[in-house]
Amino acid sequence: MKKERTMKLSLPEEELMSPGHLACQGCGATMAMRYVLKALGRKTVVCIPACCWAVIDGPFPHSSLSVPIFHCAFEAAASTAAGVKAGLEMVGDTETTVLAWAGDGGTFDIGLQALSGAAERNDDIMYVCYDNEAYMNTGIQRSSATPYGAWTTTTPVKHFKNRPKKDISGIMAAHRIPYIATASVAYPEDLFKKAQKAKEIRGTKFLHIFAPCPSGWKSRPEDTVKLARLAVQTAVFPLFEIEDGEKYTINIKLKDKKPINDYLRFQGRFRHLKEEDVARIQAEVDRKWEKLNKNC
Amino acid sequence: MKKVIMGNHALSYGAMLSRAQVIAAYPITPQTQVVELLSEMCASKKLDAKFIKVESEHSAMAASLGASLAGARTFTATSSQGLALMHELLHWASGGRLPVVMGNINRAMAPGWSIWTDQNDSLSQRDTGWIQFYCSSNQEVLDTVIQAFKVSEKLLIPSMVILDAFALSHTYEIVEIPEQKDVDAYLPPFNPPYRLTPSDPHAFFGLTGPEHYFELRYKLQKDMEKAPALIEETGREFERIFGRSLGLVDEYLSDDAEFLFITSGTAGYTARVAVDDLRREGIKAGNLRMKVFRPFPFDKVRRIVQKAKKVAVVDRNLSYGHHGIFYQEVKSALYGRDGMPPVFGYVAGLGGRDITPGDFKEICRLASSKNTPDEEIGWIGVKR
Repeated sequence: MKKERTMKLSLPEEELMSPGHLACQGCGATMAMRYVLKALGRKTVVCIPACCWAVIDGPFPHSSLSVPIFHCAFEAAASTAAGVKAGLEMVGDTETTVLAWAGDGGTFDIGLQALSGAAERNDDIMYVCYDNEAYMNTGIQRSSATPYGAWTTTTPVKHFKNRPKKDISGIMAAHRIPYIATASVAYPEDLFKKAQKAKEIRGTKFLHIFAPCPSGWKSRPEDTVKLARLAVQTAVFPLFEIEDGEKYTINIKLKDKKPINDYLRFQGRFRHLKEEDVARIQAEVDRKWEKLNKNC
Repeated sequence: MKKVIMGNHALSYGAMLSRAQVIAAYPITPQTQVVELLSEMCASKKLDAKFIKVESEHSAMAASLGASLAGARTFTATSSQGLALMHELLHWASGGRLPVVMGNINRAMAPGWSIWTDQNDSLSQRDTGWIQFYCSSNQEVLDTVIQAFKVSEKLLIPSMVILDAFALSHTYEIVEIPEQKDVDAYLPPFNPPYRLTPSDPHAFFGLTGPEHYFELRYKLQKDMEKAPALIEETGREFERIFGRSLGLVDEYLSDDAEFLFITSGTAGYTARVAVDDLRREGIKAGNLRMKVFRPFPFDKVRRIVQKAKKVAVVDRNLSYGHHGIFYQEVKSALYGRDGMPPVFGYVAGLGGRDITPGDFKEICRLASSKNTPDEEIGWIGVKR
């Protein structure tokens, strides 16, 4: 008998996010949500603080997600999620995954205290930071996740961001939570697997998802996946996991890193950089990549 | 069963008997013993609840709201700076119609650092849409927590049960601890009409445009307006089961009073001593202790006040640039009504300075010497 040939899908077909959302063209944050929900399934509650996703979801009475959402205060994603988890357990629901879903501002900056508190308590929540490297929802202001050299509306070209991006995975690792992973919208299978793995772990899980923002990065919407892939290939945003705060695994190994300019040159936010600025960024990427490899 | 307990523990017992399911709290003097005892009750399984030991009051309220929307009965407690830190989320609680009950120990706001009582912490939260109960005995604190859950869950409006720092929080009194079965009969399990659950997914509190927001706030006010009658009704029901009444106000010899004090908190009990003394001196004094401040019990206050010839409102709080806050509110309730007596305003006891029976007698003397109130605040006990 002739074996029928079928295409094998690497991600579940079911969509828990509908197309009627309010994101900009080429938004990385929407791709991140779509992949994560494919991994978590319907038994999920999402806590979304002020961030792009507070708008993307759609205005009352609409929602583009098929799972329930608590739109919570800006600095309160982790603490709200911790409360939801406790509340659900007390009413007999021990299965639902409680997902805190925040941008880089709500994670690296204003929400860091609540996140640290939840992580220290090891509350059973999954925290995703979709990182577009600035306050994009309010119009591209710098956050502590904005990389060195970037233009934003509060770091104008003459005074571009002159401090490096905060090492959020290092901060989370210091809390010794069971699971930390970086992920990218350019690697959906890797992202999916990590979300699925996190779902099965009890305690605080932290996923840091790189989510390009054409509006804020001054890049072409069709370049979102390309930029996300180049960020991995240049080691600007390497993909790795940290288990129990100590065990590091690099998921996408790089034999030869691409030069940083391959990544920078597609983004208007870096257009003003001089050769020496680019060299400085390259040196910092090299140093961090070496350090990460030493941790493994 | 009777026990000798401090005011803080009266809050803890109230939460335990109400079968709070989630407690999220952060320590602050003079509230700390509330959560210490609750954490013990949770650890020993006297109370089947999750206790989230958060890293700030902001997170305490955020976690409380998460738990409440998930459908759990939720309690927290704080004081002063902690309440101020929660401010943003107090709006979230009422706007989200989440019936959290919170104990607040009245403590003066810094600077300078103070751990002593005054009401500026809770009165600064006047416009956040919470029901506010001001208590004056440990028994009332315990009883009111149970009633607050009943009222809040019926109206889907959060409640604050408020007591004075030290004068009540750390003062031991005899308190009748109700039987659990009686409390269960009075307070059914929390069963909200909507909740955060994957089996019925909704997006809560998302972007709400000018075409919807106004109506949501209109409904909050309409339900707030139902609270006075509901508080009286649930207070009578409480009395039928437990033998103690819980009302909007507490009157002391106000029926035939010519000179009426209006007070709140523990000063409301001190006023009774002064009323007795004044009556012995031949002055027909009385006291109206305001228990419920939000919603403001307009009808009740008007009906009591109109019987008096002169009224003195004593505030342990101050709205800088205006006057004592209860004074403002009482005056606004009476404004434009015929047959209302003149109302005098006095500010006393800020930052925990004692308010004594002698102070009340001084207030009576000062007010009696004038026919009409003037703009100036009547300062009691201040060193000038």
